[in-house]
Amino acid sequence: MPLLEVRDLGVSFATNDGTVNAVNGVKLRLEKGETLGIVGESGSGKSQLAFAIMGLLAPNGTARGSVKFDGQEILNAPPAVINPIRANRVAMVFQDPMTSLNPYMRVADQMAEVLVHHKGLSKRAAVSECVRMLDAVKIPDAKGRISLYPHEFSGGMRQRVMIAMSLLCRPDLLIADEPTTALDVTVQAQIMQLLAELQREFGMATILITHDLGVIAGFCERVIVLYGGRVMEEAPVHPLFAEPSHPYTRGLLRAIPRVDHEGAVLDSIPGSPPNMTRDQKGCPFAPRCEFAGDDCVEALAPLAEFAPGRFRACNRSLEEIA
Amino acid sequence: MTATPLLRVEDLHVSFSLRREGDWPWTPLRRLHAVNGVTFDLAEGEVLGIVGESGCGKSTLARALIQMVPATGRAIWEGKTDLLSLNRHAMLKYRADIQMVFQDPLASLNPRMTVGEIIAEPLRTHHPELDTSEVKLRVKELMDRVGLLPNQINRYPHEFSGGQCQRIGIARALVVGPKLVICDEPVSALDVSIQAQVINLLMELQRDLKLTLIFIAHDLSVVKHISNRVMVLYLGQMMEMAAGRELYGNSQHPYTQALLSAVPIPDPVREREKVVIPLTGDLPSPFSPPSGCVFRTRCARAQGICAEKVPVPLPGDHLVACHFPGPAVV
Repeated sequence: MPLLEVRDLGVSFATNDGTVNAVNGVKLRLEKGETLGIVGESGSGKSQLAFAIMGLLAPNGTARGSVKFDGQEILNAPPAVINPIRANRVAMVFQDPMTSLNPYMRVADQMAEVLVHHKGLSKRAAVSECVRMLDAVKIPDAKGRISLYPHEFSGGMRQRVMIAMSLLCRPDLLIADEPTTALDVTVQAQIMQLLAELQREFGMATILITHDLGVIAGFCERVIVLYGGRVMEEAPVHPLFAEPSHPYTRGLLRAIPRVDHEGAVLDSIPGSPPNMTRDQKGCPFAPRCEFAGDDCVEALAPLAEFAPGRFRACNRSLEEIA
Repeated sequence: MTATPLLRVEDLHVSFSLRREGDWPWTPLRRLHAVNGVTFDLAEGEVLGIVGESGCGKSTLARALIQMVPATGRAIWEGKTDLLSLNRHAMLKYRADIQMVFQDPLASLNPRMTVGEIIAEPLRTHHPELDTSEVKLRVKELMDRVGLLPNQINRYPHEFSGGQCQRIGIARALVVGPKLVICDEPVSALDVSIQAQVINLLMELQRDLKLTLIFIAHDLSVVKHISNRVMVLYLGQMMEMAAGRELYGNSQHPYTQALLSAVPIPDPVREREKVVIPLTGDLPSPFSPPSGCVFRTRCARAQGICAEKVPVPLPGDHLVACHFPGPAVV
């Protein structure tokens, strides 16, 4: 049984501009200890996908479909069902460590709260466990710094605190939503290295959500490419980068300037991302795709396995886009 | 440098008097040195990239050149005028030659003005003699040039996407025919696919209009792609400056090396093989930077002399501010 199984997940928001379909028919499976990357540009629905799994959608959002965690249905589950799973078995690290930590609480208090609440530890035992965890995420002088407030830490250190906090209950699944986007490259490298070490050490499954294909390349075993709320391609990391099978993935990889290459003109993808308030029946990438035909505007090809473990949703065959 | 440089910056300092976080309202203000003695030449038609991590002073440096923040030192324009010595009125004349493109495409456009008004504003300021139809013609010409539809002239900024807003910002900077355009993180708020469009546009405009660019970014790959020469800043001081290929292929400063090794490469094979040179510790507080070399607290090569003497780069094309320059030791 997979650790996490998402089927036909749809997320929509009722807004003044009409219904926004942020995520459409996403399916994914995650085995124990696996690292999965979800990559997409802003508005591709990658964060809402994670929020829907965790039951953290905004009040105007609704989720459809099915999310099974360890065989148990958790999508739209009542708090009595989902609360023991959240934090205890599934934890999340958010993008902005400043806004996701409580500025009025000392780090010791907000970290210990997790253990007191979920594990029933005494405050004193919880704090000493928290110090051990801060050590594990390589915060120097953890014992002295645990009684500081979040604003007294640098951005990278705050993200370490967030990671430590999410690991307190030794979750089976960690969802990291753009954990390094707000950080400088040198700090990003440290945090990603730390996440990789902790992932190996604790053996937890990890979903890494990011827009940075470089970060995905270093961390994940399998990758899902989202565009306009739909899965465009899913593949193990090596074939995805070596021979992308979807025109969007291919365009994305060509559009990135690289430090290890000499650059000429970048192959940019023309046009701009889709307007999610419109109901789309065809492929969301069709308006920007050089291979698109009338059939692409009419209907989206289902996500189909064309090689072991590799899936693509495209009307054109691999030969046609070669 | 053979000909007179377009801009020669000598010993530029910018400092702010600030209350430090946690200080009481009655504690005296402290000096924060955001830019500390930066010197460089900018040749005509050149693209100078400035990279560094947040808080290193790269934006402040650019803003100081056009007197958006008070600075000391000298910034000699075309070998004649010191821009930093000019008063507001005298500076106005040079503002038409030096324009800026900002980071946040939407926030840098007035939401109550139409695109046409936004792009026309610098033209009205610097060329009040032009009549309405000439202005409109010029605005439409530029909109076309940066890839906007001229019939969108009466729309408002919120009707455009981020990439298009950045095109509006670029058109506004170019409408007065500047010689130097300072781009402060022009693509960091944009998605990858849109970022490539804007980078291509900037490079094309730079080539066609023979513009000189100062391109500020934290993304080293983007800077490498667009720049002829690159300057690396750390805590307000220049660490290394060299031609792009030289800096990326043969960096001599330990900070540049650490920075370059940290850039993620979108290729699983290379990304997993590469060795990241770790930077230990946090960035020191800019209120009390380390003595001597500012990088020494995080540098693996640091020795006694680094705490005593500020390293001065040897003159040449490849400037390295380090007592122990050399290729990366892994």
